[in-house]
Amino acid sequence: MAKIKGLKCRECKKEYPAEPLHVCEFCFGPLEVNYNYNEIREALSRDTITQGPKSLWRYAALLPVEGPPTVGLHGGLTPMVKADRLARALGLDALYLKNDTVNHPTLSFKDRVVAVALTRAKELGFDTVACASTGNLANSVSAHAAQAGLNCYVFIPSDLEAAKILGNLIYKPRVVAVEGNYDDVNRLCSEIASEYSWAFVNINIRPYYAEGSKTLAYETAEQLGWRSPDHVVVPIASGSLLTKIWKGLKEFEQLELIPHVKTRVSGAQAEGCSPVAEAFKVKRDFIKPVKPKTIAKSLAIGNPADGYYALKTVKETGGSIETADDPEIVDGITLLAETEGIFAETAGGVTVAVLKKLVQQGKIRKGDVTVAYITGHGLKTQEAVMQAVGEPVRIQPSLTSFEQTVKNLKRRND
Amino acid sequence: MSVKVRIPTPLRSLTAGQSVVEINGKDIGEVIDLLDKQYPGIKTRICDEENQIRRFVNIYVNEEDIRFKQGQATALKEGDEVSIIPAIAGGAGEEVGRWPA
Repeated sequence: MAKIKGLKCRECKKEYPAEPLHVCEFCFGPLEVNYNYNEIREALSRDTITQGPKSLWRYAALLPVEGPPTVGLHGGLTPMVKADRLARALGLDALYLKNDTVNHPTLSFKDRVVAVALTRAKELGFDTVACASTGNLANSVSAHAAQAGLNCYVFIPSDLEAAKILGNLIYKPRVVAVEGNYDDVNRLCSEIASEYSWAFVNINIRPYYAEGSKTLAYETAEQLGWRSPDHVVVPIASGSLLTKIWKGLKEFEQLELIPHVKTRVSGAQAEGCSPVAEAFKVKRDFIKPVKPKTIAKSLAIGNPADGYYALKTVKETGGSIETADDPEIVDGITLLAETEGIFAETAGGVTVAVLKKLVQQGKIRKGDVTVAYITGHGLKTQEAVMQAVGEPVRIQPSLTSFEQTVKNLKRRND
Repeated sequence: MSVKVRIPTPLRSLTAGQSVVEINGKDIGEVIDLLDKQYPGIKTRICDEENQIRRFVNIYVNEEDIRFKQGQATALKEGDEVSIIPAIAGGAGEEVGRWPA
């Protein structure tokens, strides 16, 4: 029997074949991959994982592809950094950073989901891939499509950071800048996806694509020595990453690869786009969409598709959701850089700022083994920190000039 | 008011394959009721038992989410375009807790 039984509606449980479908045609609920876990259990052990490839594909048994991986062979298995200096600054004993700023090839966690999505898209026979993106996803789809020789269309909001636009164009996809915010892009792409037979990775391929995020959880457990952390802090955009990290930890528990999971899952949103945090705060069980206004453009989804499930996960695990405003985001980025030498994009600033708040509020306790997910590289969002980092000291090419300047600097520091 | 309603793929089996239909209705609620008259069964797909629009269905009037307007009471004028679009959630882990024996 195959590892993938098919797709199944998350809400009404109606079953579908493992095709490019994403919505239950009856209740509009999301479709999920339905695995044959008994078969997976027999094939998978800590040994088979550690002997596997040094990439996210070491967990292929738990990913929704039928054959061997064909796209994105080097993604994942990013460093788990023990962040002692940041931990001290925040008042924690055991803080780890899952550093996806160095994911291959486009420096964000999206390289995980895209590796899975495009491998699956090829299995399903597509020759054209596409996505709606706040930037990182488009970068990753563009790069992977180039390497796989697939036609590629990426749809982005027209006000994206320069580096994220360039980071698409360089791979020669068709880049479509839509005059509107991400929610406009997403709505438009839903309509386009129903008219064209393309593999829209986060629309009709979404049930497969989203599963790639589970590898962050698998790596977390493996890199911590086959255990689950006490607390995780995850940025929320669509909400999919947070729910899939939880799913990944629970799968490892059920497959007896790690002991009982007691992890509390907390979410981080930007103040200027916090529909999930707002629902959490006022104890509402549905999400009211908002119009985003934040420098954290990669998290600027005002109508988060998985917001409902993210909220549910946070509540069920005893986690919390907090927000960070623009200055706090910048402070988060610089604090992370100055203490750990990691340059994160704005989403990372949100995560660090929220981590700090949760510690201050006592939601994360000093002794908790805590993992924060740093999901994208700071060179992609330079605009956000340009005013906060100062300028180089200019000198003449002479020792005198250097010494005078150093003296000046010293005097200024005194 | 004659408005254009864009029908998402999963509902086209009810509209004889049509992706756009014309409906006369003064607001979204009435459009849904009239749609159901013309294409019986479509309302239960869009709305739940309490007559609320289902959690995973988004409705837009001229590209604006009706949740930013007056929901089902959002008034329509001649020539407006109404889009019914499924949300694109990925789902998560409730099933994980319950495993086959």
